[in-house]
Amino acid sequence: MSQTKSTAPNPSRRAFLGTSLAAAGGLVFGFHIPLADAAASPSDELNAWVVVKPDDTIIIRIARSEMGQGTLTGLAQLVAEELDADWSKVTTEYPTPGQSHARKQVWGSFATGGSRGIRASHDYVRKGGATARILLAQAAANMWQVPVAECRAANSVITHTPTGKTTTYGKVADAAAKLTPPATVALKDPKDWRIAGKRLARLDTVDKTTGAQIYGSDIKLPGMLNAAIKACPVFGGKIKGFNAAAIEQRAGIIKVMQVGDNAVAVIATTWWRAKSALDALPIVWDKGPNQNVSSASIATILKAGLDASEAYVGNEQGDARAAIAASARKIDAVYSYPYQAHATMETMNATAKWTPDRCEVWTPTQNGEEALTVAAKAAGLPIEQCEVYKLHLGGGFGRRGSVHDWVTQAVLIAKAIPGTPVKLLWSREEDMLHGLYHPITQCKLSAGLDAKGEITGVHMRISGQSILAGMGRTTGKDPAVFQGLNASGPEAAIGYTFPHILVDHAMRNTHVPPGFWRGVNLNQNAIYLECFIDEIAHATKQDPLKLRRKLMQAHPKHLAVLNAVAERAGWDKPPAKGVFRGLAQMMGYGSYVAACAEVSVSKAGVLKIHRIIAATDPGHAVNPQQIEAQVEGSFAYGLSAALFGECTLKDGQMEQDNFTTYPVFKMVDMPAVETITMPSGGFWGGVGEPTIAVAAPAVLNAIFAATGKRIRDLPLKHQSLKHA
Amino acid sequence: MATLNVNGSMREFEAEDDTPLLWVLREQLGLTGTKYGCGVAQCGACTVHIDGVPTRSCVRPAATVKATEKIVTIEGLSPNGSHPVQKAWAALDVPQCGYCQSGMIMAAVALLKTKPNPSDQDIDTAMTNICRCGTYNRIRAAIKVVAKGGDTKRAGLSITHVDGSTT
Repeated sequence: MSQTKSTAPNPSRRAFLGTSLAAAGGLVFGFHIPLADAAASPSDELNAWVVVKPDDTIIIRIARSEMGQGTLTGLAQLVAEELDADWSKVTTEYPTPGQSHARKQVWGSFATGGSRGIRASHDYVRKGGATARILLAQAAANMWQVPVAECRAANSVITHTPTGKTTTYGKVADAAAKLTPPATVALKDPKDWRIAGKRLARLDTVDKTTGAQIYGSDIKLPGMLNAAIKACPVFGGKIKGFNAAAIEQRAGIIKVMQVGDNAVAVIATTWWRAKSALDALPIVWDKGPNQNVSSASIATILKAGLDASEAYVGNEQGDARAAIAASARKIDAVYSYPYQAHATMETMNATAKWTPDRCEVWTPTQNGEEALTVAAKAAGLPIEQCEVYKLHLGGGFGRRGSVHDWVTQAVLIAKAIPGTPVKLLWSREEDMLHGLYHPITQCKLSAGLDAKGEITGVHMRISGQSILAGMGRTTGKDPAVFQGLNASGPEAAIGYTFPHILVDHAMRNTHVPPGFWRGVNLNQNAIYLECFIDEIAHATKQDPLKLRRKLMQAHPKHLAVLNAVAERAGWDKPPAKGVFRGLAQMMGYGSYVAACAEVSVSKAGVLKIHRIIAATDPGHAVNPQQIEAQVEGSFAYGLSAALFGECTLKDGQMEQDNFTTYPVFKMVDMPAVETITMPSGGFWGGVGEPTIAVAAPAVLNAIFAATGKRIRDLPLKHQSLKHA
Repeated sequence: MATLNVNGSMREFEAEDDTPLLWVLREQLGLTGTKYGCGVAQCGACTVHIDGVPTRSCVRPAATVKATEKIVTIEGLSPNGSHPVQKAWAALDVPQCGYCQSGMIMAAVALLKTKPNPSDQDIDTAMTNICRCGTYNRIRAAIKVVAKGGDTKRAGLSITHVDGSTT
């Protein structure tokens, strides 16, 4: 039995949509979807986070979105821990963004990105659980007319210790809900955790093994129509015209319409009819000013940025340029990192229903509040007259977290047929051609060495795109560009001390919309820095681990994870014949990570990644078995990019439009992954993203060890690894 | 009206001849467990069995499937998630986002039917479906658990389930 259902908060007002498949061999699959605009009902809750039902069922509200990363289970563990709940009675639900708006953001941020789900909300969700526990214990004490200090709560049962009398949470929940919560609550010491910190199964697994889990693209509403869409394949281009008459007579076609100034949609009774009609629709595009842009023209612009005189400074200590210029020896290298598509398994989709006074949207989103804002704007209605119902995501990876372009489109389409819900589903081709791409950058690294081969200074000049500028969130420096290269700070600090360092960014934006892509800028920064450190080690005939240790003395947490992987790999002993190792370390999303890759490369140049050892210090580990799953998955994502991932431009548009041209990691490519989780306490770091960053550089450094070939441009599929 | 034999029942539907089986299942027959991922038989999210053969339903016109051919979708694998492959998937917490897992499970069931004790190479060859979350290692472990008779502890994951059991 799955415990987790995503529903509107008030079960009594839930609308259930059951699909009876009685004809299907007598099977009945029921599922329910939030249909009603149920207002949050404070009366049946202990607080915003916890509802206890008379039958002892506990509903824990989760504001962040579940997209596979396990945050739903992890956050529920934290609340249940402080609540001293019976874990077997715990279910979860999403509050809606509209309720959040009405209740003045009582659940904090809904934004689910940057590996923040747990690390940015652990404090207030635990307090929600602890406050509820205190209210329940007080209600029991009041019932028994005893001091609350004599009552103990555990496993959803309250015991009056002197007499042994017991009651359950469900029996006192109504009374507890009427009490005034304490102003402050103490949280448990993590060493006393019995639900958090444990290797618990996810709450949302079973429905994902039976086909019962409803994703955004699966929703079916009464009377719903389906839409397919095509936007101008050249970013910034527009619609010039289309010949609707050519397809209007096809079966099931309801409407052919322009959406915004750059897209055309077909609405039909089924999506297949809409999609195949759209494919047959003659469309004339005004491709606009970017129709001659190519990967080569962008590379030329970025290359010029490597030596440009002006750049935003991200990390400057001392005078690196002067130190390098005065050095006995200089090492230079130029690296590059291509555009990547998120390629979530489920393509972008939203179902919208619009009337002149209300707009509702059902969609998989990483940021329900942003989806609501966007929906209201497209609807032309105040936010109070709009609602978004979050559905499970078939992958997010950042694509569903910032610009909600698909929601705008869905609402504009629904507006054309007031009162009728319309589901907009992007084809894979539309999804690949209209991503928010991992930004493209190049990096020139320079190091000065003294006569003994010691580093005198390092300069990293990054040239390329800014995500924040591309989204209109900055008109100047983009601090996110320097992820993992910052001088200090709890988020993403560099793990080395150099006598002089300069990291700067020549911002070179393009017409390609950039986005947050799992791991974001940490990915390429780790390749640049960690491969270059390896280059220095090789040039100065030092062991890459020993060199790193020397440079990391002032960075004990960075060093600890590196040492952990080196020790597990047995770095001081040679690997099996034909196997070669590479190292990388980085800090990002508040966590410290390192990896050791073991690879072999045949004489013909065939790469085999045998084993990855990955260590993470996330401060606190809420569910170690899910951390392992995240770390494994992060290597699949990061190595997929390193080996195969690349979006290239021709005539202003992306050339890759499906998995045929954008190949990704498969079972055969996947190495064994050994995860070391080593929480050192005292801080909270994320786990969904940080290890992606060390995937590629560890493998690239191992490839160098195997072949003597230093790969500075990705993806690897373009590089010959043949060796003598 | 055309007829398909789906999960043991004869189901009637209306669709144009070029309509892929995937969209008949999802839109006409309400079986949304089978997913759309690419539309070009690359990702395997749409995998169903036709007479036991794993088939990428996104490129197979429904009109080419005879009513005598037996289609099984994820919904028809077991009445309650009790197929050994489904049980292994749950025991090992294989899914992350889960979107690809219907297709993965159907591919794994077909593999285990033809090769009850598959080698790693057999798994690599048969399991060509795409998972962007990167659940491949747990999928491999789950297939081996089934092959070895369902002993979930051999995967070494040490997961505590809500009923208190450990796998």
